[in-house]
Amino acid sequence: MTVGQTTAPRPAIRPTRRRLSAGWAALWLNVLVTFVFLYAPIVVMSVFSFNASRQMQVWMGFTLDWYVRMFHDERVRVAAENSLIIALVSTLVSTVIGTLTALALERTRFRVKSLYEGAMYLPIIVPEIVMAIALLVFFNLTFQWLGQLFGLRLNFGLGTITIAHIAFSFPFVAVVVRARLADFDRTLEQAAQDLGANDWQTFRYVTLPLLMPGIIAGALLAFTLSIDDFVITFFNAGVGSTTLPLEIYGRVRRGITPDVNALSTVLLLASMLLVLGSLALQRRRST
Amino acid sequence: MAIVEQIQAGERTASWRERLGDAIRQREGLRALLLAGPGGLWLLLFFLLPTAIVFAYSFARRGPYGTVAWTFTLENYVRFFDWLYIRVFLVSVWLALLTTLICLLIGYPFAFVIARSPRRWRNALLVLVLIPFWTNFLVRTYAIMLLLRSDGLINNLLQRLGLIDQPLTMLFTPFAVVLGLVYGYLPFMILPIYASIEKFDFTLIEAAQDLGANAWHAFWRVLLPLTLPGVLAGSILVFIPSVGAFVTPDLLGGGKVVMIANLINQQFLTVRHWPFGSAVSFVLMAIVLAATMLYFRIGETRRI
Repeated sequence: MTVGQTTAPRPAIRPTRRRLSAGWAALWLNVLVTFVFLYAPIVVMSVFSFNASRQMQVWMGFTLDWYVRMFHDERVRVAAENSLIIALVSTLVSTVIGTLTALALERTRFRVKSLYEGAMYLPIIVPEIVMAIALLVFFNLTFQWLGQLFGLRLNFGLGTITIAHIAFSFPFVAVVVRARLADFDRTLEQAAQDLGANDWQTFRYVTLPLLMPGIIAGALLAFTLSIDDFVITFFNAGVGSTTLPLEIYGRVRRGITPDVNALSTVLLLASMLLVLGSLALQRRRST
Repeated sequence: MAIVEQIQAGERTASWRERLGDAIRQREGLRALLLAGPGGLWLLLFFLLPTAIVFAYSFARRGPYGTVAWTFTLENYVRFFDWLYIRVFLVSVWLALLTTLICLLIGYPFAFVIARSPRRWRNALLVLVLIPFWTNFLVRTYAIMLLLRSDGLINNLLQRLGLIDQPLTMLFTPFAVVLGLVYGYLPFMILPIYASIEKFDFTLIEAAQDLGANAWHAFWRVLLPLTLPGVLAGSILVFIPSVGAFVTPDLLGGGKVVMIANLINQQFLTVRHWPFGSAVSFVLMAIVLAATMLYFRIGETRRI
């Protein structure tokens, strides 16, 4: 031990460090170029959303016209409302179901648990397109049957989109909450019970408040997943139930117009605020 | 008498204990049911059952007007071996592998720098990586389209500098698709590698250098093997969404670069051959599950 702790190796390291400085320059160059790569497209898009020209190629001066036009666009307003309704409902439901699932996996034992756990990870692993068409086929078949058997006329729309969003986001909530539960100090619960709290009181006043940061993180994740989802929404939206991503996709397919820049920039700002807000929240809670 | 009483008492405690055990077990069962029930029901109804139906469809025939005729057949899977579709499969796997490799080549040194930078910078650098990542995927793909178009910023700049006369065709090529995939999934590679380099004990590098290893050897023989779990996790996290990507090849490939997800979309919404579309989606699922299993297999053998 004492031999290993002498200062003998130190001089050997310093020259190596100096020799590595060229290597470090290359490494930092990689970091710099990667950051440019990550930010250039969205910065260019945002800047050109203020461009007075209809054509993308040249800067013709500053204008807010595209934003004004977007805020007065009826289709955009409807799509934004749909997106928000779907995201709020699916976040609420998937946060509750996801938290319950996390508690089930971490706190109880039951026979088919490993099977259940495996099945729960599948929606995370399986490609979105596969889940999207599976739900399309399922809803299609169910609606046909319900129509033939009970004369019910159900259609694709906000309902099918919301059900689908819950199906792919609650496993993510479960994973996040479960991580929090795994390093949970159970002596706190025991202390509460020693002091006379029953199961429900322990859960309500000790477990739940301590789990809250995990639950909020899970809810934010569910909200973002729902607001951003395109593929599953695309296959399970009926006629007239457009969301913001579907609206953007439609416009991009029809040809690039500057109002898409404005709409995208607003979405970009919204998600940035969401992320920075959640980070600030986590920081405040951890200290 | 005394013995009988003792036995009776013993029996009573045993049965009492048993009953308590039963009660706890039953209550635990009930609790498990209440907690796991809603999630299980949702999974069963809106994931497992739909997937099972698609699986059944993949063995069915196409009826008139795009309906599904329930006669068992393997022709959908046989049809996949047509060169037309095998090509789509090969292109998808190739582009996904290329994306994974590029992400690895950029992401490993990137993660290394973040992990070795002063502690107070690390979180800021990670947040900077995550901000574009958290913005809508479609928006990011669209932003790349703006740059790559023939009248986009890159072509404009190159033409003004006099480096090219004609605008380069970048959009609607495999290059654009790979660029879009790398842009989309790079953080999936950076984060797990960062996590494993951050945990790495760097005195091991000093030890290796004391024993005469140069920087390259220290990296190749010590750092890389010990951070391999992060590399594997990152690779699987990039490969899986890349091979099943729909939006990126659709917008950046513009119908010229067709990947498996585009084929599925086409079979369902345009051609309306649902059984064949179902078979293709099961082939995609098989690729993804095989990759996941391979990942866990490698992880296991490494631990031994």
